[in-house]
Amino acid sequence: MSPTDRNPDQSAPALLTVRGLQKSFGDNQVLKSIDLTVARGKVLALIGPSGSGKTTVLRCLNGLEIADGGTIEIIGADDATHAPVTIDFAAAHGSRSGVPKKTLGTLRDRSAMVFQHYNLFPHKTVLENVMEGPVVVQRRPRAEVEAEALALLERVGLGEKRDSYPFELSGGQQQRVGIVRALALRPTLLLFDEPTSALDPELVGDVLRLIKELAAEGWTMVIVTHELEFAREVASEVAFVDGGTIVEHGDPKEMLRNPQHERTRQFLHRLLFPF
Amino acid sequence: MTESTWQLLLDSLWPLIHGAITGTIPLALASFAIGLVLALGLALMRLSRRRWLSSIAQVYISIVRGTPLLVQLFVIFYGLPSLGVVIDPWPSAIIAFSINVGGYAAEVIRAAILSVPKGQWEAAYMIGMSHRRALTRIILPQAARVSVPPLSNTFISLVKDTSLASLILVTELFREAQQVAAFSQQFMALYLEAALLYWLICLVLSSGQGVLEKRLDRYVAH
Repeated sequence: MSPTDRNPDQSAPALLTVRGLQKSFGDNQVLKSIDLTVARGKVLALIGPSGSGKTTVLRCLNGLEIADGGTIEIIGADDATHAPVTIDFAAAHGSRSGVPKKTLGTLRDRSAMVFQHYNLFPHKTVLENVMEGPVVVQRRPRAEVEAEALALLERVGLGEKRDSYPFELSGGQQQRVGIVRALALRPTLLLFDEPTSALDPELVGDVLRLIKELAAEGWTMVIVTHELEFAREVASEVAFVDGGTIVEHGDPKEMLRNPQHERTRQFLHRLLFPF
Repeated sequence: MTESTWQLLLDSLWPLIHGAITGTIPLALASFAIGLVLALGLALMRLSRRRWLSSIAQVYISIVRGTPLLVQLFVIFYGLPSLGVVIDPWPSAIIAFSINVGGYAAEVIRAAILSVPKGQWEAAYMIGMSHRRALTRIILPQAARVSVPPLSNTFISLVKDTSLASLILVTELFREAQQVAAFSQQFMALYLEAALLYWLICLVLSSGQGVLEKRLDRYVAH
């Protein structure tokens, strides 16, 4: 069963399809079998206790972890020119060298990640951080990339910080640069790994507002988050991950108010009443 | 000290400085440059997932660090000829010092690479970089900052160690001092003069280290 089974908008084609994804670290099976699909323009929020595997799912989608089994299929920005690429991890046996470099490259091309701890390049300015991927990796013309990068920075209110180094920015500003860096790669799928959990509470709002705007613009996203209110507002679908499986998924308003599964209920209760 | 001793010190100053300019300094620079390239290769081998590559580097580093530099120098200059390999004093010295620097600096560079947070590799991969590109554009520039102080130590040690080359007939600062001392029998004065010159060179290097650190510090919170 996939999270989009109950999605009312069945006409939209699946942009991302994950089937039977498995991953172990040593003896610890972090992902037992993950199935999910995300339609174009939809936002999937993954919630769940720490250690449940939700971040590992996200990392597999960007090729930062190589799964032991299962498949990931992702289509390109434009169906006509970007045929879907499928990675079958059963053949790779959890080893990076088992996945064809080109396939892994395509997966990374099509998805872009925003990290919990921003992971900006400290030795590069804000503008250089944003331009590095498009210019050095994608080999797009520098002038075009710079104009686009500046427009994006302007848009998140950081145009004046173009020549600053990351250490000169607040956490919230750094994370907005992190988001711009991801957008500048022109991905088809945006991945957010707890994008606000390293931020001071008063800085969370700006980042969440930006993500919400991007969702409204039609970006397809998978977001790992602890911000239930945010998930309720932004996500088209929420999946509760626990013990390496998707325990329950569905419409966020419905599921967060009336969870079907006991484990989901306990988790939500702990989040809402921490003490 | 008598007036003649002062005169001797003054007269010998040029030969000693000449020895530093034509011997000590180029010897140290050449060996350090070659040694660094060697060290980077060895550090990457040590970090490689391929066990055999890592083992080779480990054995190399262990031998270099576990044997005296003087012995390494003598093996190359006095030992190899018995195997039919005759190398001139200068190349012998450069080979020995490069090998030595390679061993020590490899561990410095390895530690510096490991000190860069894992998230930097991940961000580099995320934007689509290959391992090699991530290393050269993202990781090494950050590792460079970390490795400046310990590599400066290595370089300063090397400058002083080049005095050992006098024992395989390379004309450098210390050998000049030895020659003047033997001729004049003013050992204390000449060797102190040599010591003073080494110290001055190292002072200049230390201030150079400061400048370099400051330059590389521009992206770090103060």
